[in-house]
Amino acid sequence: MERIIFYILAAIIIIFAIASVSSKKMLRAVIYLLFVLIAISGIYFMVDYSFLGAVQLAVYAGGVIILIIFSVLLVHHIELNLELASTKKRVIAALISFAGIAMVLPIILTHKFNVVENSRTIEVKDIGEKMLSYDSGGFILPFEVISILLLAVMIGAIVIAKGNRLGLKENQETRDKKQDIINQ
Amino acid sequence: MIKTIHDWLFSVMPEWAASLTEMVLIAVFYLTLFAVIGLYLVLLERKVAAWFQMRKGPNRVGPWGLFQTMADALKLVTKELTGTTKADKFLYNLAPYFVIVTALVAMSVIPFTQSVQAFDINIGVFFLLAVSSIGVIGILLGGWSSNNKYSLIGAMRSGVQTISYELSVGLSLLTMVLLTGTLQLSEIIANQQEHGWLILQGHIPAIIAFMIFMIAGTAETNRAPFDLVEAESELGAGFHTEYSGMKFAYFFLAEFINMFIIASIAVTIFFGGWLSPFGITEGIIWLQPIWFTVKVVGIIFLMMWFRWTFPRLRIDQLLKLEWKYLLPLNLMNIVIMAIVIWLGWTI
Repeated sequence: MERIIFYILAAIIIIFAIASVSSKKMLRAVIYLLFVLIAISGIYFMVDYSFLGAVQLAVYAGGVIILIIFSVLLVHHIELNLELASTKKRVIAALISFAGIAMVLPIILTHKFNVVENSRTIEVKDIGEKMLSYDSGGFILPFEVISILLLAVMIGAIVIAKGNRLGLKENQETRDKKQDIINQ
Repeated sequence: MIKTIHDWLFSVMPEWAASLTEMVLIAVFYLTLFAVIGLYLVLLERKVAAWFQMRKGPNRVGPWGLFQTMADALKLVTKELTGTTKADKFLYNLAPYFVIVTALVAMSVIPFTQSVQAFDINIGVFFLLAVSSIGVIGILLGGWSSNNKYSLIGAMRSGVQTISYELSVGLSLLTMVLLTGTLQLSEIIANQQEHGWLILQGHIPAIIAFMIFMIAGTAETNRAPFDLVEAESELGAGFHTEYSGMKFAYFFLAEFINMFIIASIAVTIFFGGWLSPFGITEGIIWLQPIWFTVKVVGIIFLMMWFRWTFPRLRIDQLLKLEWKYLLPLNLMNIVIMAIVIWLGWTI
């Protein structure tokens, strides 16, 4: 049973991944990508790692894809088709992807996968405690570094979004000052 | 009862066939539930609307108009499916299924009684939030692929609204998770069985969280006063202007099912799910679904009350409400809840 479901998920991933890069309609490509991401989260659920599966759904399917759809909605008209890349570029891309397959496939085929006995469902509690522990094996440092990075990104976004208006105000102030000086 | 069916199935059939039949049975059960809940909530909405406006409401088909929505559903099934030629056909046809499938998946984790819960996952609350964030893709797709300016505007509004209000829904639920210490819905109810409903346990911060959840939940389901998405007076019908027949019915049904899901989450997290008030009917199992239904209908009535009482918000008022009032309030509320638990001030 599980084997059949795995093969179905794998087929969905491969077919829609190819469809996603070969589609000429932009929004369709995004939706194919969405199917790929949902199928990957399905595999996470199959191996009983439901936290990662739900993160995959919330962050990639629910967050990233919606942002991409938004940008498509803003810039792309329904009757536009994407242009085909030049033949030279396509040949190079095909060669590179075949090289990638040639590298990964032998490793997968020759590697001996161990069956894990007594696998335990990982709970959110464990993840939370590991995230905040500063013993060896704890993740407090990366966690804090990522928090600071996200804060910086957020401030950066606000500055970029508001940048022009902030600048305008300053210009006006300096102009006012100059006017004052002239008046004096 | 479910246990006996399960045992009987596994005794008469080989294992793979039994588990397959069981899956099919569960799917049929949920689909039936889906249709029945959808149809009768539509009827309830019309009756409540009539009551608020001092009309009679549907009263011709069947006693008290009980079969009105069934007749409507039959009419919708037999209607011709029209569509525009300039639409992106594939995405146009796909969009309703996104909305309806996510609603169905979300329904699978809700515990209706102690034993009726299809998927008791250990991250229940988070899973619900993750799944409900996908539903909006269907609305965005439907709006864009219709190739209609009103649909597009409706879809954009819906996207903005859902992404903003999802934060409030998530944070208000997190406030309650602080009390239980688990995300699993069945364990949340077990906790409430022991210590009393969460809204009583958490008193003031819990009531604030409940109010925020109800406001944000109403916005999530795109219902009035947050129905800018399909504002009839300005956008035709918003994102589903170009849909007809069954495809329109899918969007329509999904709206009511989403309302049911929001109400069930509220009942499960704040009001003890299938538990009776103060444990007065503790041991009687067949009363569990009845308590659950009574509570859910109460919350749904509250949402309908909102709809027929408040005027629609403008888009800037909508965003201001979320980002400038609800979100800061919510963050403060989480801290207050943490302090309450730390000092042991829970009831």
